[in-house]
Amino acid sequence: MMEEDREGLLRVSAHTIRVTEAVRDGDSLTFIVISQKLSGSGEYHVARTHEDFEWLQQCLFSQEEVPGVLGVIFPPLPAKPHLNASTKVLKQLGFLVMGKEWCTYCKALEIYLQQVAANTRLNKNKCLENFLTSSDAPGQQRVRKSIFNRLSQAVEGLRKEGHKDVDDFFQTERDNNFTLTGCSKSATERFLDVVLTEQKLAVACGHLSTCLHLCVEQRDDGTAQAFSQICVKLSEVVDLMKKNFENVAENNLSTLGLGLDLETRYQEAKKEMLYRRTCKLVELETASKNAERAKPIRKAAMDDLKMKSEKEFDQISGVAKQEIARFHSVHVKLLHQALILWCEKQLETAKETSASYSQHLQAFKDLGE
Amino acid sequence: MAAEMEPPPLGNAGETDFRELEDGEDLFVSTVTTLEYPEPSSPEPASLPAEDISINSNGPKQKDVSFDDDPEDLFAEATEEVSLDSPEREPILSDGPSPAITPVTPTTMLTPRMDLGARCRIEEDNNGDTFDIHIAVSDPEKVGDGMNAYMGYKVTTKTSMTIFNKNETTVRRRFSDFLGLHSKLASKYLHIGYIVPPAPEKSIVGMTKVKVGKEDLSSAEFVEKRRSALERYLMRTVKHPVLLKDPDVIMFLESSELPRAVSTQALSGAGILRMVNKAADAVNKMTIKMNESDAWFEEKHQQFENLDLQLRKLHASVESLVCHRKELSVNTASFAKSAAMLGNSEDHTALSRALSQLAEVEEKIDRLHQDQAYADFYLFSELLGDYVRLITAVKSVFDQRMKTWSKWQDTQLLLQKKRESEAKLQFANKPDKLQQAKDEIKELEGKVEQGEKDFELISKTIRKEVSRFEKERVKDFKAVIIKYLESLVQTQQQLIKYWEAFLPEAKAIA
Repeated sequence: MMEEDREGLLRVSAHTIRVTEAVRDGDSLTFIVISQKLSGSGEYHVARTHEDFEWLQQCLFSQEEVPGVLGVIFPPLPAKPHLNASTKVLKQLGFLVMGKEWCTYCKALEIYLQQVAANTRLNKNKCLENFLTSSDAPGQQRVRKSIFNRLSQAVEGLRKEGHKDVDDFFQTERDNNFTLTGCSKSATERFLDVVLTEQKLAVACGHLSTCLHLCVEQRDDGTAQAFSQICVKLSEVVDLMKKNFENVAENNLSTLGLGLDLETRYQEAKKEMLYRRTCKLVELETASKNAERAKPIRKAAMDDLKMKSEKEFDQISGVAKQEIARFHSVHVKLLHQALILWCEKQLETAKETSASYSQHLQAFKDLGE
Repeated sequence: MAAEMEPPPLGNAGETDFRELEDGEDLFVSTVTTLEYPEPSSPEPASLPAEDISINSNGPKQKDVSFDDDPEDLFAEATEEVSLDSPEREPILSDGPSPAITPVTPTTMLTPRMDLGARCRIEEDNNGDTFDIHIAVSDPEKVGDGMNAYMGYKVTTKTSMTIFNKNETTVRRRFSDFLGLHSKLASKYLHIGYIVPPAPEKSIVGMTKVKVGKEDLSSAEFVEKRRSALERYLMRTVKHPVLLKDPDVIMFLESSELPRAVSTQALSGAGILRMVNKAADAVNKMTIKMNESDAWFEEKHQQFENLDLQLRKLHASVESLVCHRKELSVNTASFAKSAAMLGNSEDHTALSRALSQLAEVEEKIDRLHQDQAYADFYLFSELLGDYVRLITAVKSVFDQRMKTWSKWQDTQLLLQKKRESEAKLQFANKPDKLQQAKDEIKELEGKVEQGEKDFELISKTIRKEVSRFEKERVKDFKAVIIKYLESLVQTQQQLIKYWEAFLPEAKAIA
């Protein structure tokens, strides 16, 4: 992760940025963002809504002055969290909204900010500084038009996506990215199904536990009491099972789930960048053709256009190469961390549950006749 | 059993009721899914096909009386039993929202890591013979082809008890043999108040699949479910001190060849009549208002009603658990595959390897889910199902007591009427008729006495039986739940091993 080393340009140190909690205020969520001053003399404490994050993202998209900015892989911003959303919307947001008290969502925002702050092409933007340090919410400010609008991706999308590249490196990258995007999306969705089922199992256990309590008999005689005891003890075990499922599900979604979600969205972000470059390539090739075929009157103008296009394309490709290298190490790191954390948490939960089960098994065996 | 050749007297031991119609219900229920219980309420008389049978035809052909569509019985042999389902069972309809277990498990649940075999070493006062017997039902093998085929099971009995000829006997039996055994026991013991464990249920869909040779997962699961049920059935039967000594039980466990033709034909003739009687009984039961002088019976009756309800709810809840766990297994396997694909597409070598390891861990976890679902079902769910069925047997025994009382009361009423008419005849100067009346009165007095004795005996037996049943219930549940907990502990410890093995792999990414 590259730190900003030019003085005064970003007053916070990127890796200390935290999104610590989400505060619910009626129908909206406010996130607390804390970051440490680079000078070491304290911290910044701000409250931001999703609109504020969107504003920031738009600012970043509008940086026309940064050469080759189209070659940047923009860290993806998580979609807006709906508080009372339909199941379908929730499913789209997936892991991010499933965690306890928005923890996972906060983590995703945190990673977003950290990645933006660590990217030298993005962190010089005043908007980022503003976002992290200003006590006023920036969300109301007008944002310049996004440069992406010029490249209307929607309509011409499919045609250009398949356009053959002039550079083997990029062609390979595009092909790999295509596969990876599909695979990670699929893995994320299937893992989501796993977690949802675990949650269902927790509910089923709760129901079972209630049913067991209903079996308790009020009578005085020995067998009734013995049977009631069995039911009560068993319901305690079932409660353990329920807690276990809940913990396993929480572990899953907050570590590997988040990791897979990030992976998917980052691959998509990379795909968008590569696509922008491809579009530029098409533009360049069109400009070249025009320049070739131009009549003498227009030739100079066409040549100019072609040169401009070429320059932009080269800049983009240059930036893209650097971004891709950086991206590889970042995404490996993110997934790596996710896997380790996932394993550690599941191991811990498994050990806890195992100890509890063993305890209850012993208690059961000790139950008098 | 010569007695069964004749039409039994009204209200007498005509307790082997043939519930052909249940099999009709089987047609609408898939094997692997809903467990079928009898309804707790009284049966609708309309469901009985009794109207079609002529009472006078004693021992009609099997085919005429067979409303049983179970090919297993119908096509095997001409003298095959009709439906020998437990007489106390009412028309079967799944009670309440019994969630279907969708057969989606891609891999088999057939090899339990835990031993679910039934073993019993209770010491009971049994002629000084300690109760020590272990019965295993195993090696299901398909015999024959097509619709005539059936499943044969190996029944192995290991025991040190002296009532058996050998310490270890192995015989081969088929499902209808078990039903036959149950039918005999029920006809002998139910009406005197013994709680006879019900036999496992028939299933047309399940058996047809097996016959047709469908070698898929659901028919394999069906066979395993049945094998386990047959084993539990036998163990429950022999745990009953009286039933254990019954010659039919011993013969079932020891004889290499079970006689079928003789007893079945005998039963069939009487069977139809019993069916007719049952129709009458059903009507009667609704109108019998017994003067319960013994609060104990009233209480117990209510208690069993409640228990029945609770167990059914519990069972439905456990079925839901099993269902979801199977779903989890499917989803885990699916995720494992996509993780493997992700690993393959990944450039970074170490990450790629870690993802492949991830996929492997998830596959292993999937197998754990399957094992656990197996335990959920075969230990927990089937235990509950067995007890719901057992309680029906208990309730039926209570019904028998009511019938016995009713019969006694009827005889008493009859006696009274006879005495009245005798009194009249005293003045009518018809010495022949008078003598006849006196004879009849004498006979009826004897019957009334017998009726009262029967009633007292059945009441006493039921008290003992209920007490034994209750103790057994506690023991049974405790034993099964301990096994279940052991399965949970085992699964959990295995899971820990998997995570511990994966951690270094995850950390190894450069």
